[in-house]
Amino acid sequence: MRALRFLPLAVADALAVYGLVALGGQRSWWMFALLLAGTVAVNAIYLSKRAVPAKYLAPGIVLLLIYQVYVVLYTGYAAFTNYGDGHNATKSDAVAAILAASEVKTGESRPIRVVEKDGELGFQSGPGWRALPYAEIVARQAEIVKLRVPAEGGVLKTADGVTAALYRPTLTYSGDTFTDTAGTVYRDDGRGAFTSAGGRSLSPGWKVFVGAENFTSVLTNAEIRGPFLGVLVWTFVFAALSVALSFGFGLVLALILDGYRVYRSLLVFPYAFPAFMAALLWQGLLNTDHGFVNEVLLGGATVPWLSDPWLARLSVLAVNVWIGFPYMFLICTGALQAVPRQLAEAAQVDGAGPWRVLASVRLPLLLASTAPALVATFAFNFNNFNVIYMLTGGGPRDAGAPIDVGSTDLLISLVYKLAFGGSSRDYGLACAVSILIFAVIAAVSLAGFRRARRLEAAA
Amino acid sequence: MRKLTALAATTLLLAGCAAGKTAAPPPATLTVWADDSRAATLQRIAATFEKDRGVQVKIVQKAMGNLRDDFVSQAPSGQGPDVIVGPHDWLGKLVQNGVVAPLDLSAKAALFSKAAMAAMTYDGQTYGLPYAIESVAVLRNTKLVPTAPATFDELVARGKSLVKAGKSTYPVGLPVDPKAGSPFHLYALQTSFGSQVFGPGGELEIDNPGGLKFAAYLKRLAADKAVSTSLTGDIATNAFVKGETPFLVTGPWDAPALAKTGVPFAVDPVPPAGKEKARPFAGVQGFFVSAKSANPILANDFLVNYLATPQAQKALHAAGGRPPAMTSVREELAGDPVLAGFAEAAAEGVPTPNVPQMDAVWADWGLSQLAIITGQGDPAELTRKAAERIRAKIGS
Repeated sequence: MRALRFLPLAVADALAVYGLVALGGQRSWWMFALLLAGTVAVNAIYLSKRAVPAKYLAPGIVLLLIYQVYVVLYTGYAAFTNYGDGHNATKSDAVAAILAASEVKTGESRPIRVVEKDGELGFQSGPGWRALPYAEIVARQAEIVKLRVPAEGGVLKTADGVTAALYRPTLTYSGDTFTDTAGTVYRDDGRGAFTSAGGRSLSPGWKVFVGAENFTSVLTNAEIRGPFLGVLVWTFVFAALSVALSFGFGLVLALILDGYRVYRSLLVFPYAFPAFMAALLWQGLLNTDHGFVNEVLLGGATVPWLSDPWLARLSVLAVNVWIGFPYMFLICTGALQAVPRQLAEAAQVDGAGPWRVLASVRLPLLLASTAPALVATFAFNFNNFNVIYMLTGGGPRDAGAPIDVGSTDLLISLVYKLAFGGSSRDYGLACAVSILIFAVIAAVSLAGFRRARRLEAAA
Repeated sequence: MRKLTALAATTLLLAGCAAGKTAAPPPATLTVWADDSRAATLQRIAATFEKDRGVQVKIVQKAMGNLRDDFVSQAPSGQGPDVIVGPHDWLGKLVQNGVVAPLDLSAKAALFSKAAMAAMTYDGQTYGLPYAIESVAVLRNTKLVPTAPATFDELVARGKSLVKAGKSTYPVGLPVDPKAGSPFHLYALQTSFGSQVFGPGGELEIDNPGGLKFAAYLKRLAADKAVSTSLTGDIATNAFVKGETPFLVTGPWDAPALAKTGVPFAVDPVPPAGKEKARPFAGVQGFFVSAKSANPILANDFLVNYLATPQAQKALHAAGGRPPAMTSVREELAGDPVLAGFAEAAAEGVPTPNVPQMDAVWADWGLSQLAIITGQGDPAELTRKAAERIRAKIGS
């Protein structure tokens, strides 16, 4: 029975050994070493009699390392590279791709036989050469397609293992430079591309470190800085107003509906609804010509709720408050019930009216207990991607801006557009902006939590 | 405890050995990424290939929206697929990122229409095997409008008179994305004024005299309520099904679903609005081989000898309803009026440019159309400004 305890470990180890074999086969020694170290550590923890706390924490820590720490480290790494469209892979991949695209077919395909002698491959049969059967061609296909047999006017190469055609290379690669037929030399420009003296680059390039360039370009490149600052301001406004309005709304309702159970349950509905679904529904409701709001509520008006910059900001805020107030309502209801009745009664005995009781007794106590939730909500809304993406997609787009940015874009949706959006993908820049967002949120949250602690101490 | 530890260690070792053994001989597996509309058909076509060659073909179904980007980011690691299916306008991005391998179709290339082969070519190299060529056309409700209008003006006039008579709600179902405009659907009208996106020398042409005339025309269409930024594809299609609009501008991808609804319709090419021929964008669907494929010969074999056959092309057509790119297959299916209509429309089409800069072009181009439709300024001025911004971005 006790042996059963080792079953999960045995399964995990079996998987790890499988992974080690696979990684070894692919020659990814870094991953191999990491996996090996991890497996040894896990085994040490569970096979030893000591380290009881570690036994409880290990699974969580492993998941944390894989899903959080690895992602954070990779973001940090990518932020210092030019990873993105055109700089997608390694230099050797880029060289191979440039060479492959530079070969021009000049002759018709003609049947050939792939032959082999002492491990060497060729196309012509002769004494001592053995023709490969199809199964062997498939087994050695990567080698065979790389084969170039010099011939009159170029090289012969095969794509299918049974026919070959004459190709003329238009670029030659030697000594880390490409030379084209006109004699132009393309050199590694140190920025992940082969570039000629005249400034022409060969495509594709590859991924290289660019230092802090992504960070500095956010601040110095006028094309990015302008939209970035605008979006930063709007993000603060959006997050602050979302918190303030939904809290205010929730608080007022909590005070008014104290005791009305049915209404209180009904109010929780928007909260029970998935937020992205709500945003999509609102997008339909706010359609200019066919939406419920214009057509029914406003009697056929054509208010451009989502296509006018200011109205779109208003709509986004309104929808976000609609989605967010039930949470605040719940929190306030709970916090109000936690305020001791005796305090309010004592204030009344001292002659305070209902307003005075509310302003001087109940609200300060309420704020003390809800402040941390407010800070967290601010941080959440700062990165509220769902509502923006589903409702307006960041739009209406700013036609004058050089990058794809709209008037309701938050920093996080801007990052999404930089990394995956319509125009050229720039993962490096997107990672750099994500790190800047983290810095902002960390600073704001830290300040907020300090404030909250002081409030709590005062109460 | 000691005994237990030893037991556990032996178990682990045995398990590890078993795992190691299965990993040792790698069976040749060709992985294909396809969306749901063709995955099942491909699996059937691949069955013959698997039997003939003694290999495995794994068709992985992926959402169209993620397919290209996932391929671009996963191909360099060697973990991506061997073959992907997608539209030809991905090609620029794929080449720019070095993830697609040139494809030698040799004699098979002659079996496909010239436009289809041109679309699969980038910088003088052929990269893909086409199987469908499609472009937008006008779907006409034959109960409301029995004969095809000769010009777009006539089409709008017929639609308007039906609205006036209370027989329909919208004169034309012309889908506009409220966030991105409609350069794709409107292109046939734009070309009829003699304005292409790129001219013969590769220079941007959307603001040439014809382009400015088109911009003015677009404003008129908006004033006529023939085009509006709130008539999205869903709303327009829905309206067409309910008979609320006599015309719908769309492509063959919508045809199978519309045929099932029972609304009686005919397919005509988009009629011209200007003096020249209306030439819609043509999209070519095809297969591409990864530059990092571990099975280059198998992939080539599968594409050239198993997918570039009339039977396979017919099966792919039957699954998605897209007009075939193989000439012989298209001729064989000429009896189908809907397909013939779309094929006729595509015959006049020009392949959507497949340069990577197109992403930047779509955005500003569509935006200027939205601004014109919503009346945010002088159409000519808006078009010129958009063209300037695009030129600044793509450096042409």
